[in-house]
Amino acid sequence: MYQWDFGILWSYRWLFLNGLGVTVGFTVVIVLLGLVFGLFGAFGTLSRFKAVRLVALTFIEAFRCTPILVQLIWFYYALPILAGVEMTPITASALALSLYGGSFYSEIIRGGIISIDKGQSEAGAALGMTPGQGMRRIVLPQAIKRMIPALMNQSIIQFKNTSLVSVLAVPDLVYQSQVAAHDSYRPLETYTAVAVAYAAILIPLTIIVRRGEKRLAVSE
Amino acid sequence: MSDTSKIEIRGLRKSFGSNEVLKNINLDVAKGGVVALIGPSGSGKSTLLRCINLLVVPDGGSVRVGDTRFGFGDGSKLPEVKTLARFRATTGMVFQHFNLFPHMTTLQNVMEGPVTVRRMAKADAEKLARTQLAKVGLAEKADQYPATLSGGQKQRVAIARALAMEPDVMLFDEATSALDPELVGEVLTVIQQLASEGMTMVIVTHEIAFAREVADRLIFMRDGVVVEEGPARQVIDNPKEAATRAFLSHFHRTGALPPANTTP
Repeated sequence: MYQWDFGILWSYRWLFLNGLGVTVGFTVVIVLLGLVFGLFGAFGTLSRFKAVRLVALTFIEAFRCTPILVQLIWFYYALPILAGVEMTPITASALALSLYGGSFYSEIIRGGIISIDKGQSEAGAALGMTPGQGMRRIVLPQAIKRMIPALMNQSIIQFKNTSLVSVLAVPDLVYQSQVAAHDSYRPLETYTAVAVAYAAILIPLTIIVRRGEKRLAVSE
Repeated sequence: MSDTSKIEIRGLRKSFGSNEVLKNINLDVAKGGVVALIGPSGSGKSTLLRCINLLVVPDGGSVRVGDTRFGFGDGSKLPEVKTLARFRATTGMVFQHFNLFPHMTTLQNVMEGPVTVRRMAKADAEKLARTQLAKVGLAEKADQYPATLSGGQKQRVAIARALAMEPDVMLFDEATSALDPELVGEVLTVIQQLASEGMTMVIVTHEIAFAREVADRLIFMRDGVVVEEGPARQVIDNPKEAATRAFLSHFHRTGALPPANTTP
């Protein structure tokens, strides 16, 4: 029977905290950047112009339909050769994860926008609003309310996806625990603690999301 | 008539796919005139109404409201979005399903046009909005959300919202069709009041008795053409065309208007 000894991890606490900080910070960046890409993707697919729709759809499907691990490696190793752009592991993985997340966000945002009754934008137009004003004042405020639970869920997935950046040696929680595991010869304790750390952050978040979904269901 | 008319429509055509909904429609509405559009569903009356404020862009013909005229078809360019928006700001529209903004209070709904489109200062817009709400008898509902109102109250707010833009022309698209029968009267009362104040209006309706009472002209449409047109009472009481007679036979044409249940 294996003798568990979690006490040994205490001496690596700064390493873990450091990694956790990178993971959380990384998540914030890729969620924000991803939302920006998602907005462009969503409005692209809703564009009046066919060429814009085509570009947006190609972007979304390219990132939705390939594995994120492959994208990470491709952005770091292949893109510099193809485009001649040298990127640090952090830039490459932030870009890949943001675009990957953005492709899912854009589908959520698009779905939220088209779920709003056409009569709403018509009423705005009848008052004399331009399509842009109607979108900002009438459609988006209602659509965002409907999107939030799905956007939160996708962001939770993005938080877990950051664990993949360890393959490019970005010093996140997983990468630092690999260091700790090799150093302490205690991989079981290390990875158990890492799993607990992820869960400890995500379980409260999922509860918040679920409450939000319920409140939304009541208000509609 | 075209010298004094507020709305002038010539040779209007519109198709959705292969379905020709409007076939060469001509229409004049005098300043202060009230025109009722009646006809079976699918006759094109709602599409015609939506062509007047260009919510539906016609394929051919011309639309003039006041001094602004748009021509369509035969290589004429579609108006730009900003031009369209400016034009629509001068016409008010009331929809069958109210289309109030659910994320705003009643007051905010009515203020929205003046603030966003007319760039009016918030305080002025609020004063204007409260005046309009009082006019439709809903001053005390200013801070409620649309979801808490009855259908008749929602439609009166929608009328106030349109009036807050101080339009030259009001368009009503089956404004009472989605209401419970006992709520129809309070909305018709408001429309009747507008008519007596000299507002130019085009009303798509199934309330024949109301049309007879309030409209000065009546247009009967079927299959995308105007079948019969004339003074409202004359057309309703003595329709010339067989199709008009057949359609009107489904309705009580005279009698009192549905009573208003709430005192405005």
